[in-house]
Amino acid sequence: MLTKRIIACLDVRNGRVVKGVQFVDIIDAGDPAELAARHAAAGADEIVFLDITATHEGRGTLLDAVRRAAQQLFVPFTVGGGIRTADEAAAIFDAGADKISINSAALARPQLIGEIGAKFGAQAVVVAIDARRVPDRPIADAEVFVAGGRKPTGRRAVEWAREAEGHGAGEILLTSMDSDGTRAGFDCELSAAVSEAVQIPLIASGGAGNAQHFTQVFREGKADAALAASIFHFGIADVRTLKMELQRDGIPVRLPC
Amino acid sequence: MIAVVDYKAGNLTSVMKALRAAGADPVLTDDPTVVHCADLIILPGVGHFAATKVLEEYGLKTAIRDRIEAGIPFLGICVGLQWLFAGSTEAPGIPGLAVFPERCDHFEPGKKVPHVGWNSLSIRPESRLLSGIRNNSFAYFTHSYRAPVTNVTAAVTDYDEPFAAAVERDNVMGVQFHPEKSGEAGLRVLRNFLEWRPC
Repeated sequence: MLTKRIIACLDVRNGRVVKGVQFVDIIDAGDPAELAARHAAAGADEIVFLDITATHEGRGTLLDAVRRAAQQLFVPFTVGGGIRTADEAAAIFDAGADKISINSAALARPQLIGEIGAKFGAQAVVVAIDARRVPDRPIADAEVFVAGGRKPTGRRAVEWAREAEGHGAGEILLTSMDSDGTRAGFDCELSAAVSEAVQIPLIASGGAGNAQHFTQVFREGKADAALAASIFHFGIADVRTLKMELQRDGIPVRLPC
Repeated sequence: MIAVVDYKAGNLTSVMKALRAAGADPVLTDDPTVVHCADLIILPGVGHFAATKVLEEYGLKTAIRDRIEAGIPFLGICVGLQWLFAGSTEAPGIPGLAVFPERCDHFEPGKKVPHVGWNSLSIRPESRLLSGIRNNSFAYFTHSYRAPVTNVTAAVTDYDEPFAAAVERDNVMGVQFHPEKSGEAGLRVLRNFLEWRPC
């Protein structure tokens, strides 16, 4: 049986894993290659690096971190954050990533999805969507934001997901901005709305706080995979413990792993 | 010499890296004369079946067929497995190597496609390629087309329908999953292949 994937996400800035606390302070959480290897050993089904570096020099550092992490990773490895062109994507694949994730650049020019897909396969292109509910409106009206969630686009998340699929996206990574960082659970209603609108796999993100939240997003949220960052840091919960709880709940997971 | 055939489809970094981790020193090549000298041949693959037409254009198809007939071990990965069959409905005009006479087809409707993620392997105990891998171990898949279950199937995976996760007949082997992305089980598949000797 196809299992539900648990994806560990690392925010990388200037070649280091960082973690925001209370949405403001950024604290150093370690070496990306080392943490990626640790998550994989603990049973993460995939690893995602999200680059939050702003500077050009930092991008070179990212490629080095990707290269080092890829050396010891034998599970799928996705890299996203700031990728604007097919050439930038090619450099990241060359450094050892299996998939890239694109967000703003795909919205600005959806053809980019197909251009990267033509060269590296549709399976290698993840389209990331940051969405927020619109108060007093149905879930289908949830709006897409770009620029790290600062800029509204006027696009509806469900429609954009469908369009991205039409352009050849391999998977959708959907982050609920309302839930992100709350640890109060995923936005299952939003996840289900997008998942049911597309044929390709949906990765849900934002709001993971405990195992029950994952069970909910797989059952009610119709997610094929779920991504979490902060709960896997600092030993709050490791992936194996999480998977054992999910298995007890009857969710198919890769165990032993 | 271990040849990894480059037919300009997708990213081969992960395959090369995993082979090195499995103890090999692979050579990436699109040159049929190099394939003609190879002691082991690996045909990776991501993407569309149509990409395999390059194998014919570069003269690689003939080279691979000759080496297989000479008894050289061959491993096809993902589309590389499907290419061992007569063809695929993904690209009806492009014939495969036809070592196996059946054809590959799209998954039946009614579920999400592509089939992406970790799924379990029901392993035939006599498989040499999968020896030492516990039955029901997981492997990472990403594909929309699949090969049928036949008498050369070495492992079956179920995605609402059974399909061939691995094929094996003498020196010809293939895996639908990505051994380079399937953790320890995947590395074991690669090591088994690298150590393959005629019975």
